[in-house]
Amino acid sequence: MTDVTHDHASSTGISNVKLGMWAFLGSECLLFGGLISTYMLYRGRVTGGPRPSQIFDIPFTSVSSFILLMSSLTMVLAVSAAHKEDDRKINLWLTVTALLGATFVGGQVYEFTAFYKEGLGFSTSLFGSSFYTLTGFHGVHVTVGIIMLMSLVGILKRSKVPGKKAEVVEMIGLYWHFVDIVWIVIFTLVYLIPV
Amino acid sequence: MAIIERPAPTVPAVVTPTTTYGVLKRPVSATGWRSWVFTVDHKKIGIMYGATAMFFFIVGGVEALLIRLQLAAPNGKVLNADLYNQMFTMHATTMVFLFVMPMAAAFANYFVPLQIGARDVAFPRLNAFSFWALLFGGIFLNLAWFLGGAADGGWFMYAPNSGPVFSPTNGVDFWALGLQITGIASLAGAINLIITVLNMRAPGMSLMKMPIFTWLITVVQFLLLFAVPVITVALFLLSFQRNFGARFFDVAAGADPLLWQHLFWIFGHPEVYILILPSFGIISEVLPVFSRKPLFGYPFVVFSGAAIGFVGWGVWAHHMFASGLGPVSVAVFSLTTMAIAVPTGVKIINWTLTMWGGKLWFTTAMKFAIGLIVLFTVGGLSGVTHSVAPSDTQQTDTYYIVAHFHYVLFGGAVLGIFSGFYYWWPKVFGKMLNEKLGSWNFWLMIIGLNLTFGPMHILGLQGQPRRMYRWTEARAGEGFFNLAFWNMIASIGSFILTTGILMFLINVWVTWRNPKKAPLDPWDARSLEWMTTNPPKEHNFDVIPTVHHLDEFFHRKYEEDATTHTMKQVATAEELMAEQERNADKHIHMPSPSYWPIVLAFALPIITFGIIYSYLISVVGGVIVLFAAYGWALESSTAPDSDFENNTPGTALAIHD
Repeated sequence: MTDVTHDHASSTGISNVKLGMWAFLGSECLLFGGLISTYMLYRGRVTGGPRPSQIFDIPFTSVSSFILLMSSLTMVLAVSAAHKEDDRKINLWLTVTALLGATFVGGQVYEFTAFYKEGLGFSTSLFGSSFYTLTGFHGVHVTVGIIMLMSLVGILKRSKVPGKKAEVVEMIGLYWHFVDIVWIVIFTLVYLIPV
Repeated sequence: MAIIERPAPTVPAVVTPTTTYGVLKRPVSATGWRSWVFTVDHKKIGIMYGATAMFFFIVGGVEALLIRLQLAAPNGKVLNADLYNQMFTMHATTMVFLFVMPMAAAFANYFVPLQIGARDVAFPRLNAFSFWALLFGGIFLNLAWFLGGAADGGWFMYAPNSGPVFSPTNGVDFWALGLQITGIASLAGAINLIITVLNMRAPGMSLMKMPIFTWLITVVQFLLLFAVPVITVALFLLSFQRNFGARFFDVAAGADPLLWQHLFWIFGHPEVYILILPSFGIISEVLPVFSRKPLFGYPFVVFSGAAIGFVGWGVWAHHMFASGLGPVSVAVFSLTTMAIAVPTGVKIINWTLTMWGGKLWFTTAMKFAIGLIVLFTVGGLSGVTHSVAPSDTQQTDTYYIVAHFHYVLFGGAVLGIFSGFYYWWPKVFGKMLNEKLGSWNFWLMIIGLNLTFGPMHILGLQGQPRRMYRWTEARAGEGFFNLAFWNMIASIGSFILTTGILMFLINVWVTWRNPKKAPLDPWDARSLEWMTTNPPKEHNFDVIPTVHHLDEFFHRKYEEDATTHTMKQVATAEELMAEQERNADKHIHMPSPSYWPIVLAFALPIITFGIIYSYLISVVGGVIVLFAAYGWALESSTAPDSDFENNTPGTALAIHD
């Protein structure tokens, strides 16, 4: 079908959706850049409530970080399956990726609850506000990713994907990898580097 | 929207609407209000952007007049202090976010695809979404007037002053959340136009053969792409503090009051280039056409535009010289601020040399373009004085600053926009704006704006602070530099300026009533958007042109004479059009209209409304977002082949180009 938005080879050779996702992720870098800067400015400012070193459970967060990073591997497997047009494997790996992501978000919910019980509320201190805002934004990004992955599984089952299948899987893959990479930065800066 | 069948191009669109996501039938109207509300045509969206921006221009203008009425005489009684604060805040917010930015988006939407020889933008539905999000965001911002008072913290809304303690009404909430919505619109628009320019250029159009307007618009979209998320962060922090009890700007908890200033101006300084570069692009198209010469030093204009895009990120703290940054920061930002004057100066030289030795044709568009060069230079020079930090410390928050940014924004951005109106009106509406009324429009605006903003230099240097809701006779001083005289002049000027703008509105009305059609190529123009009908057909070009030159249209009309080395006309626009129609593409599928952009955009103010009043409303908005997102994802951008009814004899849908 000729479609004006796709009818001649694109000037760059990269499809519109993929290039669009790259541009969006470029913008996201600045969003997280702003949030991370705010956290780095405020992480030592504790007028009341616990300090970072008093509540962080590094082994626990390391495990959940590892799980999130492994989901990037399964995402790669999903993209590779999509290029081979192996529908069964696409579904499998997308589902596994979403499950790993959900485990990470579950870990974050557990962590937030534990921190709250230890006395760190959203309004407790500048550290509290900026910590929950930064990690919360990341958690929302992962959640949106999970929704996209599961929706994609559902849509693929009904084979109603508009456009090329591999392209759509790859585009969501780009988003997913970005969210993982951002977590590496956040984990290092927030948890590993002492205040 | 339609399938255009050859050789019977007048056959209306024949599309059988399929259901989208099993819920609604896809919209198909080619006429009436539905053809606008559900359209994904970049030209219709461009016109709607323009109309919205014009509406907000009038709103912001009325706010400005109220401010000038209040300050015309001592002890002004038009507004009380509270209302005055709201007025200057919303005047600036409206003019920046709801007039200049959307008007630039209007021009960009309409002309970028035409200039690069494309039939639409890369993501037509996203384009419609951007527009509706802007409109609903703008309405949401202004709802605050009726719901307890508008925002009152100045357009840069410094925290902690904008926190719940000092700004207890919901005005700031409406402001912060409304700007989030318009920010989403800008971001989506930026991604769309960047991909359009990168990916959808006509064959042969390398980046250095791209029309200069498209180039500068592209720089602006990159600035938006990276600047919008920074203000998004700032606005989130502010909203979280006001609505969810975060402590970000709570000095008692140890907060740094400069955090907001840094975040805001890291966005805010690229923002000023976002406002001015589109107008630079417009006059870089207008000046060569009416000088009968190519743009002088096209690569310099391109690269100085890109240089502004880069250096623009390194000057933000010159807005904060009075905040006690420390000598090193102040010195660094002084130097970068002086440096950024260089690429701007390069452009001024290029425009001047474009006119040098040309056969100047003083149309209204050309007059506005020349007006921009002169008045922007005035504003640019006062801008350079701000890079001298000790002097700037004196001028901070005085009317000198107000004078400066009105010269660059009104004398620069707005004059460029008006130049664009007169230049491209025949292209968009198929009729020429009246040149005589245009002349009145131009001169009244020029006189009015100099009378309004010129005296503000004096007022500022005499020490009149900005944002004071009144001044008193006792402190006005005496002699030539007394505040009373110059305040009165500025207020009179603002009404002359208003008369000038009224002339434009009258001109639009008169042109509307005038049945006379514009010629195909009224200005003997140079770039691709003129190589199509006025107004362009829905699919823009019958044949996608193959580009060999910068100023492709000009080079198809003129060729160099080998003996005399002068340009000789070899074809007229009409001949080129006829040739295109003969070779027209047989089957063109345009993107199909869709319900989802407007539905998705409408959910945004519902969510933000809920954040202020009741989270239950937000949940409803969230559900609509999900619903619309699925509807969007499940329909294809162009209706599938089976939707097109093949009832034109002699054509077969199976054959596509």
